[in-house]
Amino acid sequence: MAETARRISALEGRAYQGPGIALNPAAPASRLSLRAPEASLAALSKALGLILPRKPKTTAESGKRAALWLGPDEWLLIDEGGADLTVLCAKASALHSAVDISHRNTAILVAGEHTEDVLGAGCPQALSLARFPIGAASRTVFGKAEVVLWRIAEDAFRIECWRSFSYYVFSLLEKAAREV
Amino acid sequence: MIQPFRLTTGRLDAAEILRFTFDGKSYTGLAGDTLASALLANGVHLVGRSFKYHRPRGILSAGAEEPNALVGIHRDAARKTPNVRATVQELYDGLAAVSQNRWPSLGFDVGGLNNLGAPFFSAGFYYKTFMWPRTAWERLYEPIIRRAAGLGTAPDRPDPDHYSNRFAHCDVLVVGGGAAGLAAALAASETGARVILADEQAVPGGGLRFETGAVIDGKPGWEWAQETAAKLAARDNVRLLTRTTGFGYYAQNMLGLVERLTDHLSAPDVDQPRERLWQVRAKRVVLATGAIERHMVFPGNDRPGIMLASAARAYLNHFGVAVGSKVAVYTADDSAYATAVDLKKRGVEVAAVIDLRPTPRGPHVEESRELGIEVLAGHAVVGTTGRLRVRRIEVAPVYGGASRQIEADALATSSGWTPAVHLFSQSRGKLAFDEETRRFLPGQYVQDALSVGACNGTASLTDAVEEALRAGAKAAKEAGAAKGRSKTVKLDARSPEAWSAGMAGAAPGAEAGKKAMAFVDFQNDVTAKDIRQAVQEGMRSIEHVKRFTTAGMATDQGKTSNLHALTIASEMLGKPVPKVGLTTFRPPYTPVTFGALVGHSRGALFEPTRRTPTHAWAEAQGAVFEDVGQWKRAWYFPQGGEDMHAAVARECLTVRHSAGIFDASTLGKIEIVGPDAARFMELMYTNPWQKLGIGRCRYGIMLREDGFIYDDGVVGRLAEDRFHVTTTTGGAPRVLHHMEDYLQTEFPDLKVWLTSTSEQWATIAVQGPKSRDIIAPLVEGIDLSDEAMPHMSVREGRVCGVPARLFRISFTGERGFEINVPADYGLSVWEAVWAEGQKHGACAYGTETMHVLRAEKGFIIVGQDTDGTVTPDDAGLAWAIGRKKTDFVGIRGLERPDLKAPERRQLVGLKTSDPKTVLEEGAQIVADPNQPVPMKMIGFVTSSYWSENCGRSIALALVEGGRERMGERLYVPMPEDAIEVEVVPMVFFDEKGERTNG
Repeated sequence: MAETARRISALEGRAYQGPGIALNPAAPASRLSLRAPEASLAALSKALGLILPRKPKTTAESGKRAALWLGPDEWLLIDEGGADLTVLCAKASALHSAVDISHRNTAILVAGEHTEDVLGAGCPQALSLARFPIGAASRTVFGKAEVVLWRIAEDAFRIECWRSFSYYVFSLLEKAAREV
Repeated sequence: MIQPFRLTTGRLDAAEILRFTFDGKSYTGLAGDTLASALLANGVHLVGRSFKYHRPRGILSAGAEEPNALVGIHRDAARKTPNVRATVQELYDGLAAVSQNRWPSLGFDVGGLNNLGAPFFSAGFYYKTFMWPRTAWERLYEPIIRRAAGLGTAPDRPDPDHYSNRFAHCDVLVVGGGAAGLAAALAASETGARVILADEQAVPGGGLRFETGAVIDGKPGWEWAQETAAKLAARDNVRLLTRTTGFGYYAQNMLGLVERLTDHLSAPDVDQPRERLWQVRAKRVVLATGAIERHMVFPGNDRPGIMLASAARAYLNHFGVAVGSKVAVYTADDSAYATAVDLKKRGVEVAAVIDLRPTPRGPHVEESRELGIEVLAGHAVVGTTGRLRVRRIEVAPVYGGASRQIEADALATSSGWTPAVHLFSQSRGKLAFDEETRRFLPGQYVQDALSVGACNGTASLTDAVEEALRAGAKAAKEAGAAKGRSKTVKLDARSPEAWSAGMAGAAPGAEAGKKAMAFVDFQNDVTAKDIRQAVQEGMRSIEHVKRFTTAGMATDQGKTSNLHALTIASEMLGKPVPKVGLTTFRPPYTPVTFGALVGHSRGALFEPTRRTPTHAWAEAQGAVFEDVGQWKRAWYFPQGGEDMHAAVARECLTVRHSAGIFDASTLGKIEIVGPDAARFMELMYTNPWQKLGIGRCRYGIMLREDGFIYDDGVVGRLAEDRFHVTTTTGGAPRVLHHMEDYLQTEFPDLKVWLTSTSEQWATIAVQGPKSRDIIAPLVEGIDLSDEAMPHMSVREGRVCGVPARLFRISFTGERGFEINVPADYGLSVWEAVWAEGQKHGACAYGTETMHVLRAEKGFIIVGQDTDGTVTPDDAGLAWAIGRKKTDFVGIRGLERPDLKAPERRQLVGLKTSDPKTVLEEGAQIVADPNQPVPMKMIGFVTSSYWSENCGRSIALALVEGGRERMGERLYVPMPEDAIEVEVVPMVFFDEKGERTNG
């Protein structure tokens, strides 16, 4: 039997460090696109071990697992521990759609005092701490790519984007980082 | 002193002397100078030639409104910026400026002959003169006009600079950093509101730059402005942007600002963008854009040395430069007296103040008299002399009497101030004409904005500052930002200066009937006479007058001239100004570079370039790539110097003899999950899905409502409630949107959800008789035998130890598999497949070979063999429509009579009579090549290739009633001759389709 395939991230080898700004690819994680009606949320929350958030632009976290509200019936689940989220959801007999997107998305961590300015080069949303607090998340655009922004600290965001867009997103971030 | 007209160093840094050149001649200036102030310091007034008549022109203003002093700034071979206003270009060491619109030199210009012909080049000249003969237009007139048209020379190399973009949000955006803007920003930021203050100058202060008598908070105005700017900049909740012009006011309080970052630097850092576009969404906007002084419209008012009174004052008080050694002042309002007073006090001889008004009164008028300045009340300047600079002015009493000549090498003029309502008007606010002061002021607001200070018609400094403080606090409060008890900002502001209304339109000497050239619009050379002529020739609305005369249509957009033009037109028409109308203010306020608008979207960042997980491998193998939408796809893999033809021929043969490996990762993939998944599929596709077994695949066709093919792809059923749908590469996003649209609007009751998985999976197609042998060693947990896994089936298992979805499908007609593995494993699995493939003589193949192989089998490509007007039946795919189905998107469209007509174009195969001839895709088809032109076209070629496997060319075509024409000879007319073709079935290779199990 052939040896097991190696996992190669789309952003392997890329990183940028400048004054007040650092860009780094996030570690691999399992991800799930979860769609479910209101009636299923209690059961799914139990199965996932976190309360699925119901308010726009919010997230819920439990250990290495997080649920990002993306729409009235849509969540992006991220598990940095690599848990099989599809299996977890399957334990809940409630109506839902769970689709593994662990490899569809990749993530970039943007950190440093200039984070808001760097993201502001391509994202039209208001990113001040007051308007986009820690723990807030939103599906939006960065330049010409769709992204999900998640504020993980006062001066740090996680940007989720599709794999093939990550090169563009990282390059635009890096360009903006060099300009602040 | 090196700079003969520099009286003092003004507010500039005397220690830093900068060198610059103008038309090759070297000069010096001081840090803080503009190009204009530095030229004036050196006694240079002549800086350009006018657009139409090539008249010598000087510097009119000291700001952004400048219509005359447009120069080219040449940094290097690629950085040559035309039409830079010398009045806003900051001086840097080594600056090289050149004058424009002159040949051979600025002092002697051949084009100046136009000036002699001025009586013939009146308004509308072009429209009337170049009408006939009609044929002369293309050959004669247009080339000549094109050569003469345009001001300055566009750079001929790609712009090496880069440009930046920033989105920003704030509670209060203040546009303009004069006394009012600073006060508004101060009051707003005091509350804790997030404030952005944008000012176009390098240093805020606005009119305080020249206004000497202003005292704010006990300090001289300029000093207060600098302290306040520093205070604001230090606040966490304030962003102070200098060198930043608010150029556009768009919907929902979105404003465009452009920040100039390097144009003032001698040697900019390469990482530094030249400009940054700010797209600011503000809860409240405070407009503090000030007012623009108007010149007087009188005969010969365009000679170099004639400028705005406030400009002469700014050059004196801020830059320490005297605009002449004997300066006259011509005015119709009070503010220009201050210029005379300041000049006189600095020891510059003031020839006289000529005032149109019979009895001017006021502190500055009195002070002028006390200083011994001759005040000629009730007088007008009726003419000027001097070739390249004003030398003398002719002055006459307004109500008759002898004229007299006065020597003057500069003339400062003012007919009053026009509030800068540009941004307010762009915000769709309604302007109101104030009859008393004869000016347009902000009337009804449409967006959340407030105007303060001079742009709101508030003339006195005391009132302006008070108004601004109130507006700043109000804006912050309305933005919901005022928190707790913030202290009310109070400022004591006074200035002895008063701006009375002045006048607009033509002054004596330029009245109707006079032939004198009294310029209204300097940049487009429009005179008072031109405006009157436009009215005489029937123009009634200012919009028509403007277009006929081009008044206000130059790059300065008539900042100094619009009100003059409007007033002259209204006098001619005998109608009040508001009845004649006001031309629309449109963005940008001042010219904006394309670079600033493009921002980061250049070069590699113009569009996202999407690459598959195997891209690096293909690149290392020497693959040639093609662009498919945003994707880079391997097109073919040339080996040992092969050209495309040879490489594709080899790849095609190898796939059918052994196997080929192909990266199909770009195919769109949608996972459709939910108890109603099959019902939804039934509605979205023409095919039946309810009975498709788990683990089985089906080729699906999707229509639009009109019955035409929208997309196609193979769909696998993974579970009762789960389908793995594939779409075309280019169709992936729109197919998902199409499905989502129907799901949300037409079928919201269905319990089903759609998730794009295009990028979750790397898809490796292995096609050919050896395909099973190649993948077998890598696959775990899936029985690959034909019995267990027949053609058109899907299994889940492991490949190379990672979870995989394995499809047995074929787009080549050969036995084939498509391995789907999570994308990060794609490259590693590809390499393993490649290694196995090598043992069987397999090759990697690209999209060109994929296209040829599918054409050999008559498989269509949506978008190539269909064009949005092709039904399933047209494409020979009527079998894919579920006969018993009662509903799917497009089912009613298919019932339209014209979609069932037998003479519709149908997809068929074509074989050229000469097998070596490869048809051109898109070529038209006719039945009779000898018919007269225009021939009746009965179809066209959609796909055409050389097929190495068939040993001949093959083609697909849409032909009227094509299936009834089997065996018929048709013709493809080409420039040389008509190519004979035979209509044949669409399948060229393995007609019985035995090889999928071969």
